[in-house]
Amino acid sequence: MNSKRRDFLKIAGLTAIAGIAAPSAFNTLLKGEAIASAGGQHGAAVPTGKRWGMVIDVKKFSENPDLAEKCVSTCHTIHNVPDFGNKKDEIKWIWVDSFQHVFPGDSSHYKQPEALNSMPILALCNHCDNPPCVRACPTQATFKSKDGIVGMDYHRCIGCRFCMAACPYGARSFNWRDPRGKDANGQPFIKAENPKYPTRMRGVVEKCNFCTERLAIGQIPACVEVAAQSKALVFGDLNDPNSEISQILKTTFTIQRKPSAGTHPSLFYII
Amino acid sequence: MYGKGRIIPALILFLGLVTSPMWYKSGDAGKMPKPEKPKDYTECVAPTQYMRTSHMVLLNEWRDDILREGGPRIGKTANGTEYVRSLQNGCMKCHSDKKKFCDDCHNYASVKPYCWDCHLQPKEAM
Amino acid sequence: MIEKALKGSTGYGLWMLFLLSIMGVGGLCYVQQFNYGLGITGMSRDVTWGVYISQFTFLVGVAAGGLMLVLPYYIHNYKAFGRIVILGEFMAIAAIAMCLMFIIADLGQPMRAMNVLLHPTPHSMLFWDMIVLNGYLILNILCGWVVLQSEYKGIKYPKWIKPFIYLSIPWAISIHTVTAFLYCGLPGRHFWLTAILAPRFLASAFAAGPALLMVIAMILKKTTKFDVGREAQDKLVTIIGYAAMLNFFFLGCEFFVAYYSQIPGHMHTLDYLFWGLGHGDQVYNNLVPFMRASVVMGLAGIALIFVSRARQSDNLLVVSCLLIFFAFWIDKGLGLVLGGFVPNMMDQVTEYYPSAQELGITAAIWATGFFILSILYKVAISVKLEKDA
Repeated sequence: MNSKRRDFLKIAGLTAIAGIAAPSAFNTLLKGEAIASAGGQHGAAVPTGKRWGMVIDVKKFSENPDLAEKCVSTCHTIHNVPDFGNKKDEIKWIWVDSFQHVFPGDSSHYKQPEALNSMPILALCNHCDNPPCVRACPTQATFKSKDGIVGMDYHRCIGCRFCMAACPYGARSFNWRDPRGKDANGQPFIKAENPKYPTRMRGVVEKCNFCTERLAIGQIPACVEVAAQSKALVFGDLNDPNSEISQILKTTFTIQRKPSAGTHPSLFYII
Repeated sequence: MYGKGRIIPALILFLGLVTSPMWYKSGDAGKMPKPEKPKDYTECVAPTQYMRTSHMVLLNEWRDDILREGGPRIGKTANGTEYVRSLQNGCMKCHSDKKKFCDDCHNYASVKPYCWDCHLQPKEAM
Repeated sequence: MIEKALKGSTGYGLWMLFLLSIMGVGGLCYVQQFNYGLGITGMSRDVTWGVYISQFTFLVGVAAGGLMLVLPYYIHNYKAFGRIVILGEFMAIAAIAMCLMFIIADLGQPMRAMNVLLHPTPHSMLFWDMIVLNGYLILNILCGWVVLQSEYKGIKYPKWIKPFIYLSIPWAISIHTVTAFLYCGLPGRHFWLTAILAPRFLASAFAAGPALLMVIAMILKKTTKFDVGREAQDKLVTIIGYAAMLNFFFLGCEFFVAYYSQIPGHMHTLDYLFWGLGHGDQVYNNLVPFMRASVVMGLAGIALIFVSRARQSDNLLVVSCLLIFFAFWIDKGLGLVLGGFVPNMMDQVTEYYPSAQELGITAAIWATGFFILSILYKVAISVKLEKDA
């Protein structure tokens, strides 16, 4: 009898505590949830902190045919990206492709402007808000930093290439061979080394880093700098409503690559 | 014990062979390395003793802090001199001769860090 | 007990020498790959996983297949599997060992493999795959060895091993589920992005694993006095046959969803694998003969395996099991992984052909697996035959 009463008191006490504590605990949980799942909400994400983004005005690149290639070569030169001269080993951080390849699936209807497929369109890492590559990486060698940039730590990468399978944009390249090597004619794969920036080593994955190293010293990404005069590329903080990029996005219709993949890219295209 | 006559001497012989490098070089520390310090600078980012034993830890800390936490790229020494927290653009600015500074000790200690698989050493010393 | 692996017939010795020679050649290929980089393989920026990862995926299935013996014997107390269950457990050990070797062979920086433990990342499926694969390896070594050792000593296995045996059953499911999750959780790869990938993996595993086991059991029956018994054989036929049918059912579901919905992304890879994918003015179809052969062999295997039982023909049984094994080897060890990369994320097509070195390394890892398997089976069978005598 006695022990039964003790049990009853215990249960009653616990219930009372739970009854008082549960709602507040639940609220706390929900609040935490709301912040954590900002990217997963239906609709726009809640802006917090900085988030770097880029607008690519494809029309301006068409008016200025050499500009896109200039962006590519500038990026690849300052980041010591090797050129192996073949498609199999290819490494690229930013590249030019046609509309039907940058936006596969969006070009399936047969009556569209002919000019569309000859437009040079830049493709690079989308620095997704919800990056599948970061989810896949088993060592956190690729990660999302606070400013929205999806970064890589080449020291940690084990070269499993899971991120390459995961990226819906083909933005990642693998060092299939030594990037510091030379071709059959004795020409180095990295034509002119930039002494300020490292190279990579064999067996790691690499990609565009949104020029983190330049942002840190107050410069804009190299490709944006090249395209600055024509405003073909606009770079800025997506979370700052007064930034130039936010103003453009507010007033201009833009599209994104594979929005249905739920990755929330930081790149926007004006076609 | 079965086969005692052979096992014990064989074990002793084995141990002797395995430890032979130690016997061979016992009491001789070899030629101590004398890494060449930069002439124009008197102060490093941390005390010499710490740098000697833990520079690799510091480099890893810089990397993780800058890359992952968005930490500052510029640091300050005890005397207030600013420096770049970077191997390639910081350390090598003063310690510009990799062969005479880095390799001297690394070869002695027989460690082969993979820093230089990616990071470029200053041109003039290559 | 292990000393039983050291003494054997001339045939056993020659077989082991043969395996060692393949391992040697493959080892040299690996040295080349280690020095040059993975560029020595046929993999490319577009097809980033090749035979290594596809063999790995298939072999996880072979390992999980052991479940089809452990479950009836230990849970349902199905006595007829008494002689064969140890073969299933030991095959899982060899298969997992191969899986781990294939992963290491595929890493760009194999020396850093331990980074997965140093920086544990629960949101990565590869992290979980590492845990379940190593766990399953340990479980099978433990259970197989302890049970066999008890038999060797002529006593019943100790009670404490039972929980581990029970644990190994859901664990077998988990290894293949997590391996499927490696693929089916990736946005943008339509061919893999299907909820029935894990069930399909398991169905093919429960057919291919026991099929290989059956072939080996028949070889042992011919070359040694070891006979798994008619009842066990007949029961395995049922298991293999139904699992294989289930696999084709799942494959049919994939076809229906793709071609009835007419969603291009869902159709492209199936087009590429079974009919050839027209792209620009070219048709890409290097896997078509294999995939078609896989379907024909699989269906023929299912029909023949039941005929073999009706006629009690061991020869026909071996043929049908080989058909099923190779059908699923092509389906999963070739088409599934390679197909996922065609077309690539930019809707372009790159076909993959493995290089000679890559095939050498692959052969060597298979040889290593069979080397481990032979040692384990030699021990197991010696113990069993000793008990019979």
